[in-house]
Amino acid sequence: MNSPVLAFCRALFRRKLVLVATLVLLIAFVLAVFAPWLSPFDPGAMRVVRRLRPPSEVNWFGTDELGRDIFSRVVWGARASLGIGFSVVVISITLGAALGLLAGYFKRLDGPIMRLVDALMSLPDILLAIFLVAVLGASAGNVVLALSIVYTPRVVRVIRASTLVVREMPFVESARSIGASTARILSIHLLPNIASPVLVQATFIFAYAVLAEAGLSFLGAGVPPEVPTWGTMIASGQQFADDAFWLVAFPGLAIVFVALSLQIVGDGLRDMLDPRLRKAL
Amino acid sequence: MLVHLGRRFAGLLLVLFIVAALVFFLTRLAPGDPAALMLGDQATAEDIAKLRAAYGLDKPLVVQFVLWLKEVASGNLGHSIFLQRPVTQALLERAEPTFFLAMFSLAIAAAIGVPAGIASAVWRGRPVDQAVSGLAMLAANIPSFWLGLIFIQLFAVKLGWFPVAGYGSPEASLAERLQHLLLPSAVLGVVNSALITRFTRASMLDILSADFLRTARAKGLSERRVLLEHAFRNILVPVITVLGLTLALLIGGAIVTETVFGLPGVGNLVVSAVLRRDYPVIQGALLAVAAIYVLINLLIDLIYTLVDPRVRY
Repeated sequence: MNSPVLAFCRALFRRKLVLVATLVLLIAFVLAVFAPWLSPFDPGAMRVVRRLRPPSEVNWFGTDELGRDIFSRVVWGARASLGIGFSVVVISITLGAALGLLAGYFKRLDGPIMRLVDALMSLPDILLAIFLVAVLGASAGNVVLALSIVYTPRVVRVIRASTLVVREMPFVESARSIGASTARILSIHLLPNIASPVLVQATFIFAYAVLAEAGLSFLGAGVPPEVPTWGTMIASGQQFADDAFWLVAFPGLAIVFVALSLQIVGDGLRDMLDPRLRKAL
Repeated sequence: MLVHLGRRFAGLLLVLFIVAALVFFLTRLAPGDPAALMLGDQATAEDIAKLRAAYGLDKPLVVQFVLWLKEVASGNLGHSIFLQRPVTQALLERAEPTFFLAMFSLAIAAAIGVPAGIASAVWRGRPVDQAVSGLAMLAANIPSFWLGLIFIQLFAVKLGWFPVAGYGSPEASLAERLQHLLLPSAVLGVVNSALITRFTRASMLDILSADFLRTARAKGLSERRVLLEHAFRNILVPVITVLGLTLALLIGGAIVTETVFGLPGVGNLVVSAVLRRDYPVIQGALLAVAAIYVLINLLIDLIYTLVDPRVRY
């Protein structure tokens, strides 16, 4: 690792909260990636004799109404929920960065792109998402697509604003004056200079996407109920909440921990990367 | 002023037109023939053809869109076969719980967020500030439906302070019905107070170093008057902005919360419409919500001129 990156990480982790949040995320990602090896039980294995058992040494988070181990299901849920969240981040950042650069750089495209963005943003996230899932059909892939469409406009707004600032800078003009092509200016000169807001947005969108996926699954308009995600677990557990609250508690806590950590890391990155804020801190 | 209003209104209509186009054409992408969907499995091909003709579904898409827009412009959002009533009527029937839920939640969110934001700005870096910022961040990252389930368990099932779910019988008095909204409003209010807290804190921090506050202190005003009269007045514009923004967000939040608490509101209507693919209701609700959103934004702009005489259009 080269030293600026190392120095950056050291400065970032100087704040203990950011360090803790990063560790939480790392654990969550390891659990998600290695779920088949790390979960103590098969998430779908039903043992009706052991149904609705409270947390114990065998079943750390208890068992659900079909006797399935909740800890194993939370681990597999991380795979689904984080997988969906990460895919949404990749798609919406790519799409949003491209549209934002175009809108910010080409005055002629600015109007149409931004009106479309305004229209999409005039609908509440979750409403637009359930509408899109209803139209596309309920599946994990379509949830990713729907949430990507929901969050792309946010990225477009941020990237466009940064592009408008950077495009007026002298180095862009000098690049143009020595005959750099538009494609080169956009990709080599503009893109790296707007990378930091993109990075910050990425962590926030990750958090929104994890929360929104859970909300969609909870409403029954997301991932099919047989797939264990944190949202579907809460949805199917809520009817047992009166006597067996652990069915609902643990997947919910998983969502809160991951979303909160993403937010903390995002805030930390923003404070680090924004020179104006860095001075104020 | 009038020119500005006119321009804003034109922009608003353009946004609504794009929403209408998106909603209309995306709905047509959905798998399945809407006529066949409406009639169910038992329908014969002849029935389906008849219904298609009746609803103009046999015409080209663009023609259908123009016809639909004409209807929408005259206030007719279509007819729901499932509910056997016009969509406009269905929306209005469900408006009461959603409206009061949004208003109560906004009041609760503001009652938490504005004082908390001011306090954490005034005592910046102190324990109060850290506690407020931490709690605000936690609130923003709790799924509202999960917090709802916790509140139901705690305050309704265990303590019995509130009704568990539902909206009471339609014959009950308004006050009785509104009682059912207290717990859901608390959930939505807490979750949405985070944004208000952050905004208030940031605007307050901006203003605290202003010269006119030093002057106010120098002429011997109490700290209380300096903060609550001179400083607070000057952050009204950003605070109103964030309250409006929150109100718009609450419309989305209401969808999930209504489902958790079994409230027969617009959100509940939309979710059940999505689950049974009742497209006229989905389209109508989306358009209505988008219209409310852009109107709220326009209203915020107008309120600026009232609270801050420096703002002129």
